[in-house]
Amino acid sequence: MRNTRLLSMIRKEFIQILRDPRTLALVLVIPVVQLFLLGYAANNDVRNVPLAVFDQDRSPAARELLDAYRAADYFMLAFDVSSEEELRRLIENGQAGVGLIIPPGYGAAIEGTGSADVMFILDGSDPSVAATGLSAAQLIGQAHGARIQAERLARIGVTGAAQPPLEVHLTVWYNPDLEDSFFMIPGIIGMILYAITSLLTANAVVRERERGTIEQLIITPIRPWELVVGKIAPYTILALLNTIEVLAIGSLWFGVPIRSSLLVILGLSALFLLSSLGIGLLASTVANTQQEAMLTVWLTMLPALFLSGFFFPLQAMPKFLQAVSLIFPLRYYLSIIRTLLLKGTSPAALWPDILALAVFGVVLMTLAALRFRKRLD
Amino acid sequence: MAEPLLQARGITKRFGGKAAVDGLDLALFPGEILGLVGPDGAGKTTAIRLLCGALRLDEGEVTLMGLDLRRQVDRAREHIGYLSQRFSFYEDLSVMENLRFFAEIRGLSGVEWGPRANEILAFVGLAEFTERRAGKLSGGMRQKLGLASALVHRPKLLLLDEPTGGVDPVTRQDFWQLIIRMVRQEGVGVIISTPYMDEATRCSRVALLQNGRAVAEDTPENLRRRLAGRIVEVRGAPLAALRAAAAGLPGVADVQAFGDRLHVRLAAAEPETAIAALRAVLAGTDIRLDDARAIAPQLEDVFMAYAGRGEIQDA
Repeated sequence: MRNTRLLSMIRKEFIQILRDPRTLALVLVIPVVQLFLLGYAANNDVRNVPLAVFDQDRSPAARELLDAYRAADYFMLAFDVSSEEELRRLIENGQAGVGLIIPPGYGAAIEGTGSADVMFILDGSDPSVAATGLSAAQLIGQAHGARIQAERLARIGVTGAAQPPLEVHLTVWYNPDLEDSFFMIPGIIGMILYAITSLLTANAVVRERERGTIEQLIITPIRPWELVVGKIAPYTILALLNTIEVLAIGSLWFGVPIRSSLLVILGLSALFLLSSLGIGLLASTVANTQQEAMLTVWLTMLPALFLSGFFFPLQAMPKFLQAVSLIFPLRYYLSIIRTLLLKGTSPAALWPDILALAVFGVVLMTLAALRFRKRLD
Repeated sequence: MAEPLLQARGITKRFGGKAAVDGLDLALFPGEILGLVGPDGAGKTTAIRLLCGALRLDEGEVTLMGLDLRRQVDRAREHIGYLSQRFSFYEDLSVMENLRFFAEIRGLSGVEWGPRANEILAFVGLAEFTERRAGKLSGGMRQKLGLASALVHRPKLLLLDEPTGGVDPVTRQDFWQLIIRMVRQEGVGVIISTPYMDEATRCSRVALLQNGRAVAEDTPENLRRRLAGRIVEVRGAPLAALRAAAAGLPGVADVQAFGDRLHVRLAAAEPETAIAALRAVLAGTDIRLDDARAIAPQLEDVFMAYAGRGEIQDA
């Protein structure tokens, strides 16, 4: 049977959303802004670190070493300095991220004993830049060293022994270039779904109380569940549109792969929405003004973002915080959405996360429904 | 007598241990206007909210057309129209959109609400403002939208909580004309709370509320008759001295100032004795007595008699 009351409630909410251009713009534009901000700014990929070189040797061997560093795009040969003092100053004032000192006699030592030392100086004030620089410097140095040794051995007629005893072949699956945006963009979907549904739902309910319209609503025969569903349905639709919006930009602009069907992605996103809508509704039952509702939702959202693996990988957290993260539904959704987009794993393999989301959704919605009274007291 | 439309027995509501409504009994018959009259804090708003189930009863019961409000509140609400003190419509929706919304969530179908909305908007005089946003309506038009919305589903009971608060006298007059016409045309029962005595006079029956109880309930005429012969109107100057002199007389229960005159309420219906005593007391003083005569009691007098002391708003 057609439910006039429910349809009427939903239509009224939509009219109100459309009549409030600021909120509408916020809902449509904010996800795009966040996508570009976080897609680019929250980028841990280290490229083109400015390198200052103090080459005291100036031999062909030294130039070969420099060429090896230049060849990888981790470093950019930015400064050629003539004293250790100058090199130190460049690193101190941040113009150079790394310094390389080639001692006098480097070329001669390579020619003679086949062994020489160079010094690499890293600015450790940004650990993630330093860590990448460190491993890149070591890798490039080792590769270069191996080549020198191979050339030396070849010159004296040994060929077979040129192979190193152990070679590790690395293959990175799902995100072969280790792009940070591939990690961030699925997360942004989670954050936007969470923010839009919980904040807007809480506000939409509290606004009725703030403006006094709840007084007219509660004395009508509308059933509490119709009121709740009528309130959340428009925001669910908006949130799912946002999901498609972010997916489209993520895929077309950032090249994030989408390895699962859109239906599965939207279906599991809707499952997550049960939780975030429940949180929004619960917030609306404790808040009397829109500001209070906003603050309440933010209080739950901040720890969720930090502890659900949105910014920092869960595996890197202390065991205690990993345990705490289990209480945030966002954690399960982030794990699901990243897997769906990047790996394309069958949803059946994700059942523990899906089950957790379903439990959270049902519990939060039930709590909200129990607290949601069609009364003034 | 016919079955009452609404029957409330011993309804009680406490807020933090203090009873706002305390064992109130009310009965309303079709075509009647029952006025809840009392000072701020007497429990008028709470009583009305209890009658429509917006607040939960702590004690007592309310039956509306045979439906128990505690168990069948949603069915009972199909028969209730309610206008709260505060404007409670969507300011970002037009008059028609508000009306449509409240008609539909009260169960009117798509073919029903349209003609009824036009009819009711013409009735309250908003037919030309259907496209105007509710937020842009004047105070009087807001009240009319409220009334239209409360009536759109043809309720049998109309609950009005101080509907004319903050509205100019002409609009108040219009508003009352609408209510009276509607009661005659549609036979609904109305419960209206008001602090205004002139409005109370228009009701079929008035319940005087004080501290959550009805201290008196009757028709306005009968209530006024309870003080027959006991109100003496006095004019003179200076008013303060005159008032003090009158209050000191034996047999005087209370003296209230009404503008430039005093209403002296007597303990017994013996106005001539009291007037003679007043003249005797004033003889030889500087206090001028212009006039003193027995008058027909006003509803204010009755209200003040039951309220004991305290100021009330000007009627």
